[in-house]
Amino acid sequence: MLLISCPNCGPRDETEFHYGGQAHVAYPESPNDLTDREWAEYLFYRENTKGTFAERWVHSTGCRQWFNMLRDTVSYEIHSIYGMGQPRPDIKSTGQSSEPTQPGEFTQAGEFGQAGEPGLAPGAASPTATTPISSEGV
Amino acid sequence: MNSVRGARRSPAEHLADAFTSGSVPGTVTITEIPYQAMVGVRVDRASDAGARVASVTGGLPAACGEVTGTGSVHTLWLGPTEFMVVAPEEAHDSLGGSLVSDLTTALGNDAGQVVDLSANRTTFELSGSHARAVLEKTCALDLHPRVFKAGTAVSTELAHIPVMLWKTSAESYRIFPRASFADFLGRWILDAMREYASPEVP
Ligand SMILES: [Zn+2]
Repeated sequence: MLLISCPNCGPRDETEFHYGGQAHVAYPESPNDLTDREWAEYLFYRENTKGTFAERWVHSTGCRQWFNMLRDTVSYEIHSIYGMGQPRPDIKSTGQSSEPTQPGEFTQAGEFGQAGEPGLAPGAASPTATTPISSEGV
Repeated sequence: MNSVRGARRSPAEHLADAFTSGSVPGTVTITEIPYQAMVGVRVDRASDAGARVASVTGGLPAACGEVTGTGSVHTLWLGPTEFMVVAPEEAHDSLGGSLVSDLTTALGNDAGQVVDLSANRTTFELSGSHARAVLEKTCALDLHPRVFKAGTAVSTELAHIPVMLWKTSAESYRIFPRASFADFLGRWILDAMREYASPEVP
């Protein structure tokens, strides 16, 4: 369970919040000029970052306000919480400290489907690996 | 009271007997306070309209937890521009009061909204020396008096459902569940109260 500090209400359980996906996805300047592929990428394509990720959350059970969060998708550490419309804070030094590869941590060797054990679907983590965080259902 | 009032059924009316028999006077008691007038207000409290609304309600809370008002009309903070005004049943326009129309007039044509939400939620009053112990079985917030002080209200979760929780005095809480959750939450609280009817095991 994450303890999230709402900018309005203070620390609350994660169950009071809803996840809003990747932050800072700008609306296209002129949507009519986009190809279908570019439009689809704007609508549906998101980063699947391993490490520090900027994402949107809403305090749905409390003040019902949106905010941005910098969260490490591996350690779940929350580096920063900042307002909608504010730029992503620069926290390079913090990001590096959570980078070292530890035994058992998921590492990708070669192409998907070639490094893991037989029978694993392409892109699947090996049984001992940390499952990469998807952008759904956090 | 008019005939429409007589035909109303409150969301936890069917639990009234269970509330009475499940209450432990002096330790923890629960009652439903039905039909309170409740008005949802959205307005920028720093605006002219905000000042006019505040003059009707006796102030608008500035931050999470704050409750403003004196006497019978109170305003709870829901969000930076969102408030819930709570008043006794008689304040409602249908029973001779003027709360909703006064707020509507105060907002005027400015940005915001005034919505009669009196049927949206009911009110439970949980009181007694063990009221906090009952709430602490399910509430993730720190309810210790050094943090959660009398006179503050928060929107949070009890038994996994969203409620407004207002601490009205040192040992008394008003809980506002939505009508459709009243049965569930009422029974949940009764169950949580049950152990306090027995002698405490040292
Ligand atoms: Zn909040």
